[in-house]
Amino acid sequence: MSFWKFSNPNNFMTLSEKILPIISVSTILTLTTGLYWGFFLTPEDYQQGNSVKIIFLHVPSALIAINTWFVMLVSSIIWLIRRHHVSALIAKAAAPIGITMTIIAIITGMIWGQQMWGTYWAWDPRLTSFFLLLMFYIGYQTLWSAVEKPDSAAELTSILCVVGTVFAVLSRYAVNFWSQGLHQGASLSLDKEEHIHNAFSNPLYICMAGFILLFLTLVILRTRTEILKRKIFILLDHKGR
Amino acid sequence: MISILKRDILLSVRSGTGFSLSLSFFLLMIIFAPLAIGPDDLLLKKIAPGILWLSALLSCLLSIDHIFQSDFEDGSLEALIIAPIPLESTILIKTFAHWVTSGLLVALIAPLIGVLYNFDFNSLLWIFLSLLVGTPGLSMIGVFGASLTIGLKKGGLLLPVLIMPFYTPTLIFGSQTIMRAVDGLEVTSTFLLMAGITALVIALMPFAATKAVKASLK
Repeated sequence: MSFWKFSNPNNFMTLSEKILPIISVSTILTLTTGLYWGFFLTPEDYQQGNSVKIIFLHVPSALIAINTWFVMLVSSIIWLIRRHHVSALIAKAAAPIGITMTIIAIITGMIWGQQMWGTYWAWDPRLTSFFLLLMFYIGYQTLWSAVEKPDSAAELTSILCVVGTVFAVLSRYAVNFWSQGLHQGASLSLDKEEHIHNAFSNPLYICMAGFILLFLTLVILRTRTEILKRKIFILLDHKGR
Repeated sequence: MISILKRDILLSVRSGTGFSLSLSFFLLMIIFAPLAIGPDDLLLKKIAPGILWLSALLSCLLSIDHIFQSDFEDGSLEALIIAPIPLESTILIKTFAHWVTSGLLVALIAPLIGVLYNFDFNSLLWIFLSLLVGTPGLSMIGVFGASLTIGLKKGGLLLPVLIMPFYTPTLIFGSQTIMRAVDGLEVTSTFLLMAGITALVIALMPFAATKAVKASLK
């Protein structure tokens, strides 16, 4: 028995029931610490005043927005190869989280942009790519809702996710080509010198960890709901016969 | 294969739509853009490449719906699946039939529209070439989208919502090609990038579309 035993829905439900309380409490603790520290205990930026603190919402949500797509991609591939229903449901569960995070990232970015650049929006590569990512998510979610048979829905949405990833990557480069942007370069990277003062980076890391935990909590919760929905669907189906 | 090609083209011509519909929609878009934006000649000339490409994109996209629909409804799609030629080839030839009745015509007409904007010969040439090479890619991606939505009665905008994000690279590189030609810059880089995407899509998407068709029909 390996990690794959959790492809059995009952095993998944048992495990997730046990870890859900731990993860949700960690989420609450981490997020509260990170956000409180970031918003109230850090000094004002000499240039941007207090408005830069929206970074504690903007960066983590953008991080989750991108990574949710990769979670969906991996889950879709697992469905296509091994046909584990839990995997397909994880992808289905993650999509609305991705949509919400993308919207949060865009809105907080707009608020920050108005303060920093004097404009709510600019057609630069990073913003445009994010908007496009939102459209990919919406398309994926729409297909799930449109197809009635769960197995066909899982198959079609997985294909859409895999092919969509190829095009999302191509689009990223195309949009880069299309415009030379004004969005600042990566402020957090492993090899470059950090652009953000240390006072900000620690609460930022905590917020990022908090958002990751939030994502995990929500995905587990939503997948459990999807599994239960599927069970009800099957029961109703059997009842009807 | 040729018989499928002939059948598809004949079907679309005889249905009374086919040859003229995509083209008519293209021309409608061409006139609606200035109507919406205002008759400022300089501005219109500046955005003409974008308008041409958007109109081509939409006229391709909105005519893709029926590709599998009528075959699905009368059961011939299942016959095509179990036919001796691979489904990938069937899909490819259907895409070609669609392109002949939409993208090809648009590519042929677009330079004439370009004349209305007083473009020079080089620009007109690249209008033709970029649309000629780009629209097959649009058709193929559209057919892939159609394969995901066979038999779904949600209708209307589902297919465009799914597929338009996939059009981004082709659209960007295609319209950039025309814009560069108009400005007198070198076009080979953008043109080849767009051609590359068309080639990639034609080579690989039939396989994805086949999987989707089989999944839709289960």
